[in-house]
Amino acid sequence: MADAETLDGRSQVRRRAGLRLWLSAAWLGTLCILALFAPWIAPKDPLAQDLFLGRMPPAWVAGAEPGYWLGTDSLGRDVLSRIIHGARVALSVALIAGAITCVIGATLGLLAGFLRGWVDLLISRLIDIWMAFPPVLFSILLIAVLGPGLWSIILAIVVIDWTRFARVVRAEAMAQGAMDYVASARVAGRGRIGTMLREILPNVLPTVTVLLTLEMGIAVIVEAILSFVNLSISTDAPTWGGMIAEGRASIHQAWWVLVFPLGTLFLTVLSFSQLGEGLKDRFDPVLR
Amino acid sequence: MSFLAIKNLSIGLKKGPPLLRRVSLEVSSGEERGRVWESGAGKSMIGKAVLGILPPSVEVTGGEIWLDGTDLLRLPLAERRRRIGALAALIPQDPLTALNPSHRIGPQITDRLVDILGWRRADAEARARDLLTEVQIAEPERVMRAYPHELSGGMRQRILIASAFAAEPKLIVADEPTTALDVTVQKQILKLISQMQARHGTALLFVTHDLGVVSKVCQRLSVLYAGMVVEDSTVGDFFAAPRHPYSAALLAATPKYTDPQAGLNPVPDSVIAAVRAEVAAFDRSAAHG
Repeated sequence: MADAETLDGRSQVRRRAGLRLWLSAAWLGTLCILALFAPWIAPKDPLAQDLFLGRMPPAWVAGAEPGYWLGTDSLGRDVLSRIIHGARVALSVALIAGAITCVIGATLGLLAGFLRGWVDLLISRLIDIWMAFPPVLFSILLIAVLGPGLWSIILAIVVIDWTRFARVVRAEAMAQGAMDYVASARVAGRGRIGTMLREILPNVLPTVTVLLTLEMGIAVIVEAILSFVNLSISTDAPTWGGMIAEGRASIHQAWWVLVFPLGTLFLTVLSFSQLGEGLKDRFDPVLR
Repeated sequence: MSFLAIKNLSIGLKKGPPLLRRVSLEVSSGEERGRVWESGAGKSMIGKAVLGILPPSVEVTGGEIWLDGTDLLRLPLAERRRRIGALAALIPQDPLTALNPSHRIGPQITDRLVDILGWRRADAEARARDLLTEVQIAEPERVMRAYPHELSGGMRQRILIASAFAAEPKLIVADEPTTALDVTVQKQILKLISQMQARHGTALLFVTHDLGVVSKVCQRLSVLYAGMVVEDSTVGDFFAAPRHPYSAALLAATPKYTDPQAGLNPVPDSVIAAVRAEVAAFDRSAAHG
């Protein structure tokens, strides 16, 4: 066949996983291992107080107490061990709240954006009303009503943040719904739900992935904020937000009590957002 | 009776102006047919109405669409979908958005055969391979494993043609299938559509605004203005002696590449005014009738 068309160079393009994907995955992976095996990895009991060892500086600063790598807080508790145990709460909240928010928000957004009509009207109005609530105050109110605890925090995040997914996924589903391949699927006799799941869903997944990782970062921050204002799971479980709140009081005498949990929080949130971008760069079949 | 017969079809925006005004046309099996009308007049609406993919803001306000002896508009929705899926297929306008970017080419052709028509997967894959070879794609095996973004526009349009013929439909609606392609590829694709149509004996409803394309592909054509058929004739008759003044003006407006000195001849205002008056008279009579 003289005029047969052949594949050109486009199919040879291979994208490499970027540095940010590896760095963020490495940080989050380390954190996961630390959280899972915290009792065995943490050098000290995170709750053990020793008033004679209050505000000891990190190991590389003069006057440090051996064995307390990142120093101690004003009650003599080991900062490193508290950060490691704090990762348990932070990651549980990030994974559970992120996943539930994602499923609820993305499902509603997909239904609204693809089915349109009264379904869209109903869901969109709900989103509008929901977004009129001030998020931080709303979550504090929720925790106050529900009482502190891990599941209250998760519920507060889900209740507040599902609109983030719903809005974006709805817009994306609407854009995809107008494409010719959706029309072809309908002509071929695929039902509405079948078209939605097979034609639309795979194309909104890259966006959902990015949103999910962003949401996990946000969940970590929200948990820290609630701990900061003392509405976290309980006062005796170490959390990053709680540590930051305590560290703030003694910033001039013992900077390490504030800086290390803050740095951990910062890196974690950054890693979540970079992980999403990196995954999208790597796996989205559409070159952007 | 013709395989596809549209009778007095009216389509309009919900609570808005009409887009098609009592349009009638017929396509018999294996016959090619063109549609020509001005951009922005709801050009693709006839094809979309036949295939049941009108946008939600548009509704059929009257008329009949007979496909293989049944009036589609009288059927319950599920039954209509099933019939359309079994008998008709679409070659869409823009090959860049007509393939799902998230799926490989192979499944995009075969899944509909397997899921909806109940083919065995191996049969569907063999069928897809044969069709890709038939639309002159080299290495069909590799192409079936490729994602759409790895392929050129012309190649994607070939795949869409193959995909449209996959279930041996009796009617194919081609909605400006070459508008998004450059001229050399356009010519190959038109030739390919004609060949496939002749070989499979499929009726073809070809929607385009390009008279040159009509002259290459079609045997009959209808000219529409403001959603009204102003001329319905064979291609030969049309190019020899258009009957309606608007068709004549449209034909005269086509640029002549052989004479660069000749200026453009837009459709004269007097002709436009005459057609508009015709449409207005039609709307008045429809309102009173």
